Amino acid sequence: MSKAPNFSGPNSAGPIPAVGEPAARITDDASHDASHDASAGDGAGQWPLWEVFSQGEGGAPHEHVGSLHAADAEMALQNARDVYARRGPVVSLWVVPSAAITASPSEEAGPFFDPGADKIYRHPQFYKVPRGLKGF
Amino acid sequence: MEQQTTDKSEEALNAAFEARISAGETIEPKDWMPDRYRTQLIRMMSQHAHSEIVGMLPEGNWITRAPSLKRKMSLIAKVQDEAGHGLYIYCGTETLGVDRAELVDQLLSGKAKYSSIFNYPTLTWADMGVIGWFVDGAAIVNQTVLAKASYGPYARAMIRICKEENFHKKQGYEIIATLARGTPAQKAMAQDAVNRWWWPSLMMLGPSDANSPNTAELIRWRVKRKTNDELRQRFIDLTVPQAEAVGLTLPDPDLKYNEATGHWEHGPIDWDEFWSVVKGNGPCNRERLQARREAHEAGRWVREAAEAYAAKHQRAESAA
Repeated sequence: MSKAPNFSGPNSAGPIPAVGEPAARITDDASHDASHDASAGDGAGQWPLWEVFSQGEGGAPHEHVGSLHAADAEMALQNARDVYARRGPVVSLWVVPSAAITASPSEEAGPFFDPGADKIYRHPQFYKVPRGLKGF
Repeated sequence: MEQQTTDKSEEALNAAFEARISAGETIEPKDWMPDRYRTQLIRMMSQHAHSEIVGMLPEGNWITRAPSLKRKMSLIAKVQDEAGHGLYIYCGTETLGVDRAELVDQLLSGKAKYSSIFNYPTLTWADMGVIGWFVDGAAIVNQTVLAKASYGPYARAMIRICKEENFHKKQGYEIIATLARGTPAQKAMAQDAVNRWWWPSLMMLGPSDANSPNTAELIRWRVKRKTNDELRQRFIDLTVPQAEAVGLTLPDPDLKYNEATGHWEHGPIDWDEFWSVVKGNGPCNRERLQARREAHEAGRWVREAAEAYAAKHQRAESAA
């Protein structure tokens, strides 16, 4: 869990600005909540926000490394390289419009993940093998 | 009646938040947090981001005059890192619900603060060495602790930054070590830079605990884990032997080692100078802000061109 992405999550209410739309049109679209809406980035006169995922060499999965603003996907990728891959070894980068990410609810995290919490039979420790058996 | 219910649930949320903090949990952007925690973080993180961006200026000043291609490459890479660090922290700040454009406006209008250290001029090449050694050294001391901050996006940005910052400090120290064993004039240049930057570097770690109104609250919320004075002490203890190793002296006649505590004790810091710089009257405050405003304006056509390009391709894709 410590490696959970730091993206603010999608704006669940309100329209999602299309990727690559010019800032002026996004301004018209955005129903940016004046209260503490954590999904900032689609505000007035501003390029859309992108989440950046990077894969190092050695077969590890892509991991969230941060976010950035860019006018379109191509620019997001180039900026991601300059901001998040200045030093190797990075073999792959993904950029995803922040607004396209649907995140699990934080206030109901308990109930949401509950089905995984009480199934001890999903773990090998639940099962017994004959005493004295080694290297099973 | 309804108001009462709201207060009560706010109280419960507050209690749950404090319990999470006490338990050492990490607070994430979508989690409930008190308004005060949010505003304190926005203030602290945006100041930090602004410092990275303004911090490019004193060093950018020497890129064209670096004494060798190797030093020039290192300096360009370092300045580029500072831009990256600013972006990491701006993005982290934005997760708190503040807009990037708003943060940039606050810097350019002079409303937001940034680190006092960047309002001092870089007069000689030796200043590039001392900035890496002292200023990045002090920043590492501060940021290593902030990497354990309770707010997840801030802590993660700090971890990323700390990994890159060690290169900054080491390349700076190497510049100073090289000058210190050079000609008498080169050594004198290094000593002069040390003399000018030592006290501002100590001030950079923030007002003494007695005059730091935010510290107690930030420590209780585990945003800060050490007080300014504790950080300053650590920086001094690390730096004194490094100065000795290259045969340079630190400009403090009262600096002495305390056998009992194991710490170096320093003479009085001129806090009047610190507050004067913070309030906008340092040697370069106006120049720094002017340079940022000009850069922002000069980049306007680039931003507009990128938007127009993106819009054109969006239209072409829709039409296809």
